[in-house]
Amino acid sequence: MTLVVAQRLIMAAVTLFGVAIIVFVLLRVVPGDPIAMMISPGATPADIAALRAHYGLDANLPAQFFVWMKNILRGDFGTSISLHRNVLEIMGERLPATLELAFASLVFAALLGGAIAVFATLISDWSVAPLIDAINGLFLAVPDFIWAFALVLLFGVFFPVLPLSGRIDPSLGERFVTPFYLLESLVTFRFSAAADVLRHMAMPMLALGLPLAAIITRVLKESLREAMVQDYVLLARLKGLSRLRLVLKDALRNAIAPTLALTGVQFTFLIGGTVIVERIFAYPGIGNMAVDAVINRDLPLIQGLTLVFGALFIVVNMTVDALVVLTNPRLRSV
Amino acid sequence: MVNLNRRQTLALGGATFLSELLFGGVPSSAEASDTLTIAYNVNLPSFDPTVGPSAVNPTIQAIYRAIYDQYVGQNPDLSFAPGLLTKWGWNDDKTKAWMDVREGVVWHDGSPLTPADVVWSLERAGNPKTGNPIQFVWGGLDNYKVDGNRITADVKQFDPTVFKWMAFLTGYILPKAYYEKVGSEGFEKKPVGAGPYMVDEYQGNAFLRLKRNDKYWGPKGAFDTVIFKFVPDGTSRVAEIESGSADVTLEIPYEEYDRLRAKPGLAGVCEPVSDIGMIFITNVEKEMLDENVRLAAIHAIDKDLIAKKLLRGYATPIATLQAPGYEAFDPSIKVSYDPELSKALLAKSGYSPEKPVKFKIQTTRGFKPKDYEMIQAIVGMWRKVGIDAEIEVYEIAKHYELRAGHKLDPMAFYNWGNAIGDPSTSTGFAMFSPSPHSAWKSKDLDDMIGPLWGEKDEAKRTAGWKAVDKYIAEKGYVIPLVQYSQPIVYKASLKVTPNATGALQPTLVSKA
Repeated sequence: MTLVVAQRLIMAAVTLFGVAIIVFVLLRVVPGDPIAMMISPGATPADIAALRAHYGLDANLPAQFFVWMKNILRGDFGTSISLHRNVLEIMGERLPATLELAFASLVFAALLGGAIAVFATLISDWSVAPLIDAINGLFLAVPDFIWAFALVLLFGVFFPVLPLSGRIDPSLGERFVTPFYLLESLVTFRFSAAADVLRHMAMPMLALGLPLAAIITRVLKESLREAMVQDYVLLARLKGLSRLRLVLKDALRNAIAPTLALTGVQFTFLIGGTVIVERIFAYPGIGNMAVDAVINRDLPLIQGLTLVFGALFIVVNMTVDALVVLTNPRLRSV
Repeated sequence: MVNLNRRQTLALGGATFLSELLFGGVPSSAEASDTLTIAYNVNLPSFDPTVGPSAVNPTIQAIYRAIYDQYVGQNPDLSFAPGLLTKWGWNDDKTKAWMDVREGVVWHDGSPLTPADVVWSLERAGNPKTGNPIQFVWGGLDNYKVDGNRITADVKQFDPTVFKWMAFLTGYILPKAYYEKVGSEGFEKKPVGAGPYMVDEYQGNAFLRLKRNDKYWGPKGAFDTVIFKFVPDGTSRVAEIESGSADVTLEIPYEEYDRLRAKPGLAGVCEPVSDIGMIFITNVEKEMLDENVRLAAIHAIDKDLIAKKLLRGYATPIATLQAPGYEAFDPSIKVSYDPELSKALLAKSGYSPEKPVKFKIQTTRGFKPKDYEMIQAIVGMWRKVGIDAEIEVYEIAKHYELRAGHKLDPMAFYNWGNAIGDPSTSTGFAMFSPSPHSAWKSKDLDDMIGPLWGEKDEAKRTAGWKAVDKYIAEKGYVIPLVQYSQPIVYKASLKVTPNATGALQPTLVSKA
């Protein structure tokens, strides 16, 4: 087991190194020079060269990469060109917002998708059962950003009950010690603040969670359908156990593994989806910051954010693999 | 005193949580409180108004102007006014500049603003090592001397616009002692200015909360608290104002502006700002070296139609890079819409609708209102006279890089802002060869523009720029299109004074 974990960690490091090379080279190959965005109309070639040197962009590509890697290994991700602050420090402030949103969306999607799948399995022989598939298909087909705009219209304009932007009401004057607002407000029993954070999180969470809920519904429902015709379920049914108990106690336990694996993969897409959804709801996470970083061609920040996204994907995949092993006894001996 | 056990405390907390979750309405706003909430169209990346990309982003200047003060103030009609400098000028032979610093001004931390702060800010701005993008302007002054509240400086290189720049990009005074104490990163975390509002709290990409500076030397802000919500998405900004979550918003689609201002409880203003839409012509490919082709392209564009139909009347057609209200605007320079003339000009060079001249035109899409649609319409107009232009959509960052390298396509759409209305900061930088912002680079034009940079006689300088604009129009070296108007929607209980610079400063919003 230790060997497997060590192998996975080495692979993760190699993957991150590959990501670092790709993003570093791509950023310098695609058009959009950060210095060109800053140079003033009266700047002479000497002024431009001075500005380039000021941001450390005057050296050749391998030298720039070497300096960047060397600094990263020392924990220095550089200084953001547009924010004038340490990249690692800024990411540390913004990442928790995205993590709280992503995990809230995941929990919401798992609960909603799981409940609908169980309900659909329970009423699978009813005539209205196909309606669930049809509605689910609709939810699957609509991408997160469309949900975002629909929610803005619904809960922002027609029934303005939810805040449209931000992470907390700016007029409240709430102060937080950590960047984990939801967690901190709950732990410190500031329920009013926690409710405000949740209300701000509601629409981006729905936009991100609804498509994932639809995927979970489809996969879990299919797995439950297969499980419900297995011998052990039929035997339990002959014993006179209720359908609800059959689904929850017997079928669900065996149907959960494929759903878990797929949810893990989809969760990484959900994290990717935060970029556009955070932008629409002006939610101050790393996704929203990534858009500004790209617009400003803030190379150190884009590089740092890409590594963080890469690390997140790796951690999510490793966690899912561990959970799949834990939920499937046959895999534990491998 | 009521004693609660743990279970009761948790129950009470739970009840609070649920009631807040379910019934916590939208945030309070200017109508009911002393808070003004602005749904703003860009994020504020940095609090330092003198370095980095945000220092040269015109849209962010409204926030900077609220927190800091500029050397020279500017009225909403682009005219200049005393700021932290009460008087300024040159000696007779313009070898020295002088400035009088306002007395009795205090920084947000309570310490006094002194001439030493002004000198330090100017020297820092002129130092190439600090990364100030406008260093070339500030570097023209040197050897500062302070006598009482008067500062004098040697003029290394005479620039007639230096005092105008003091009301423009990077023209802000920062607190010397505080900045040196906390450093660049410390300043970003807790900025201190001398402007009408003080930073209370900031969450990047979310909001900036400001508190009124009651010790401000000038007119006080009408609101105790001002909140800038950073909402870059236009649809979300429309929802913010429509739902009542924000009191003011700006830069929304013109269609939405018309719809929203007709709604009860909302009002709107859409006045021209110092932003123009234009098409750069790059003199690299042979088609663009042909004067007949350039002039044919210009005369084939019906700017009135574009302004009236596409931009719903919220734009003013222009013939030069000077918009009405700019110092060197010359209404006598006219460029007619004449497709027949275009056909005749093209025929001289052997082109016709059946045998069109072909070239590429680059444009952004969504960077400015209807930018892509405008170019689509223009390409349609060109097709009728014998010009077959292929549209390439690109990002604005690519535009900057290509322009700096003189590698733009033969034609490229761009938006040029000029908040101080000086001809050198429009025609000058857009058309002078050595400028990295120019696309047309030719000796004839440089010979006309060159002497104007250091012209000491203001009347001669203005007349010179007007002559340059006339020459450019006759030769067809650039295609000026329209001057934009800026849509602002606000609650009817408020009064908004439009600012020709486009900066929606909180001090320009008051209760009606």
